[in-house]
Amino acid sequence: MLAKRVIPCLDVTDGRVVKGVNFVDLRDAGDPVEMAAAYDKAGADEVVFLDITATSDARPAMLEVAARTSEQCFIPYTVGGGMRSVADMRAMLAQGADKISLNSAALKNPQIVAQTSALFGSQCIVVAIDARKVPGSHPARWEAFVAGGRKNTGLDALQWAREATRLGAGEILLTSMDCDGVKEGFDIDLTRAVTSAVSVPVIASGGAGKLDDFAEVILEADADAVLAASVFHFGELSVLEVKQALAREGICVRIPE
Amino acid sequence: MIVIIDYGRGNLRSVQKGFEHAVAHDLDVRVSGDPKLIAEADGLVLPGVGAFGDAKASLDRGGLSELITQRALAGVPLLGICLGMQLLLDKSLEFGEHEGLGLVAGTCRPFPQDVGIKVPHIGWNTLDFSAARSSLFEGIPAEGSVYFVHSYYCALENPAESIARTDYGIEFVSALQKGNIFGVQFHPEKSSTIGLKMLSNFAEVVSKGEY
Repeated sequence: MLAKRVIPCLDVTDGRVVKGVNFVDLRDAGDPVEMAAAYDKAGADEVVFLDITATSDARPAMLEVAARTSEQCFIPYTVGGGMRSVADMRAMLAQGADKISLNSAALKNPQIVAQTSALFGSQCIVVAIDARKVPGSHPARWEAFVAGGRKNTGLDALQWAREATRLGAGEILLTSMDCDGVKEGFDIDLTRAVTSAVSVPVIASGGAGKLDDFAEVILEADADAVLAASVFHFGELSVLEVKQALAREGICVRIPE
Repeated sequence: MIVIIDYGRGNLRSVQKGFEHAVAHDLDVRVSGDPKLIAEADGLVLPGVGAFGDAKASLDRGGLSELITQRALAGVPLLGICLGMQLLLDKSLEFGEHEGLGLVAGTCRPFPQDVGIKVPHIGWNTLDFSAARSSLFEGIPAEGSVYFVHSYYCALENPAESIARTDYGIEFVSALQKGNIFGVQFHPEKSSTIGLKMLSNFAEVVSKGEY
């Protein structure tokens, strides 16, 4: 049976991890590659690198991170952030990245989703959607934001999820901006709305705080994967603890050897 | 020397790094499309991501289809990964009908639409290799999980050539062995400890010449 996935996310700028870490035995706690390798050993099913580098001249650092990741980390990894052209993405995949996550670039030019999924395969193309609830909307509506959540596109998030999938996105990485950083659980309503709207796997992100949160979004909103950053980096929860909690709820997970 | 066959398709770097990481001793693993190296190799790996027809056409163009077939029939250990496994078969029904290498009798078919599954099959799923014995699974725990990304699966004519099965809506052949010819539908290079162990098992087959 296909396992539900647990995915740590690493924010990277200029080739360095932004948030602090609690892993023992790391020679360099700021090195995203060492962290990815440690997450592999800890039983993570995938790793996502989000390049939040502000300036474009520092971008090559992420290519170097990807190249080294393929030497030390033997689970699939996704790279997102900053890639705009097909050439950017091709270069990243050539380093060994398994998937490319597109957010602003896809909203600005949806055809890039069609183009790259035809070229590299849908399984390579993840469309990341940062969604925020329209205040006071009832029934609830969500809009897609770009530029790290600073800019509202005014586009309905569900409609965009459907469109992105139609264009060839193989997966949706869904972040609730309302829940992100609050640590009071994933956004169940938003996640359920998106998993009902599309037929591709949906990765739920934003809001993980305690063990029960992960099972909740899988059981109640049908998420295919759960992503979290700070609870893992700060050592509040381990990947294994999360998986064991999911297994206790009868959810199929991969328990590492 | 193991040659990972480069024919312009798929993620070869990860496979190479996987071998280098998995095998302790100095293993010469090269990524190459050079017929001369392929003709000299002690073991061959046929990777592949993308569409069957395109991939086969690329192999044909480089004259590699014939060379790979020749070497496999001469007993050189060959490991097909993902699309590389599918290419070992007689044919595929992906976007029309395309002829494969014909090393293993069978047809590559799409997952059925009506069994309530999401296609492609992406993620970690378990292997059931209890019904067969293969050197590829030496030291691999029963019910171990590996990473899959595919929309088509291998339907074999000879069930005895199936060495592992996986359940995804239907039960399909997730690994095959026909003598010195091996195929895995999953990505060992992305399957953490278990996958690396399989790569080292294949390297062992190559160095000992026993399977």
